[in-house]
Amino acid sequence: MKTLGFIVVAVIGALLIYAEGDFPAWGDPQSPASQHAISRHFISQAMSETAVPNMVTAVLADYRGYDTMFETVVIFTAGIAIIGILGMARLTDRESLEPMSETEPADRDMIVINTCRLLIPVMQLFAFYVVAHGHHSPGGGFQGGVILGVSFILWAIARDLPTALRGIRPRRMIFLAALGVVIYAGTGALSLAMDAKLLDYSALQGFLPPAPAGALPSEIMARSHGMLVVEVGVAFTVSAIMFGIYTYLSSMGRLKGGF
Amino acid sequence: MDALQEIVIARFNYWVYVVLMMIGLHAMITKNNLIKKLIGMSIFQTAIILFFVSVGVKEGATIPIVSHHGHEEVAGEAGHHGEGGGPAHGADEIDPDDHENPLPHVLMLTAIVVGVATLGVGLAVSQKIYREYGSLEENEILEAMRSTDG
Repeated sequence: MKTLGFIVVAVIGALLIYAEGDFPAWGDPQSPASQHAISRHFISQAMSETAVPNMVTAVLADYRGYDTMFETVVIFTAGIAIIGILGMARLTDRESLEPMSETEPADRDMIVINTCRLLIPVMQLFAFYVVAHGHHSPGGGFQGGVILGVSFILWAIARDLPTALRGIRPRRMIFLAALGVVIYAGTGALSLAMDAKLLDYSALQGFLPPAPAGALPSEIMARSHGMLVVEVGVAFTVSAIMFGIYTYLSSMGRLKGGF
Repeated sequence: MDALQEIVIARFNYWVYVVLMMIGLHAMITKNNLIKKLIGMSIFQTAIILFFVSVGVKEGATIPIVSHHGHEEVAGEAGHHGEGGGPAHGADEIDPDDHENPLPHVLMLTAIVVGVATLGVGLAVSQKIYREYGSLEENEILEAMRSTDG
């Protein structure tokens, strides 16, 4: 079995290496991927069409909005699946979430806890910055959501799981994750209700005040602001599911114990 | 020597992705432990991510973010550019060769998240299997399944 597996891997690897001669060289500006019209359109037109300097965000949340919407649904589904696999009963069992004792566990290090106490607000503030500033600098809903989720995970590691879960109970976790999907899909449905295509944010310009003279027209700014709204939705889902995955996996669904 | 440079040095990114991907595939095929299989799956995904991101690289190009300092200053800069002999089409004209391809970055951004989600579900299933059969070794699990069936 081991030899057979190695032979299969070696043959596939050799085929891939053989095909590699047909690929463009590293960093070749003339490569098909770089020369394709869609890529050139995104780079040259994203700024003027959406007023979002970060092209990755513009493509993610606007041009490929469907993809990202169902990506959010995938994360939400994965979180629900993990909670379903590892113990649905705990959701209603409020008593089991209380910490074993109100006193600080003796083996918890005071230095670790106090360092985390100082660090976590800064992390969360930075997470909000990454979400809100994702249009203009590297960042966005996924990245900011993960940073926010990790700050909760850090608290759960430094203290214990029930203490961290007192802030966000599993029920609220699922609610926040679902809220993120609803924000994203709701923005899309809103543009549908405004007689435009699904996720065409330029239809939402009616919600913005009329553009002052000299500024960008409001249908372009509506796309920029629509992206911000869906990024916030993504951040809700990602942070809640990250923390949910951690809490359920680290305790095998019991939501108790050291970590 | 030229051939080596053409195939190995100029296409080093493809070698890295092929080697990493084969390590992951090997772990997924031959390892007996479910966690090791999941680690292999993660390495495989990382190889794909590296491949896509390396395809988006352009020589002499910067990150796919338009540098800007507020709209008015952008317009001023463009005017300045026009005096220098550059294309004077205003701030909206952005040369695609100056920025890396954003599309692979977008695709991989979502692929990373899906990777985390699938890894999480895989680990959850492994925990459930461990609770059920008391082992994560594939042959032991199969044995335990057969003995409960028969």
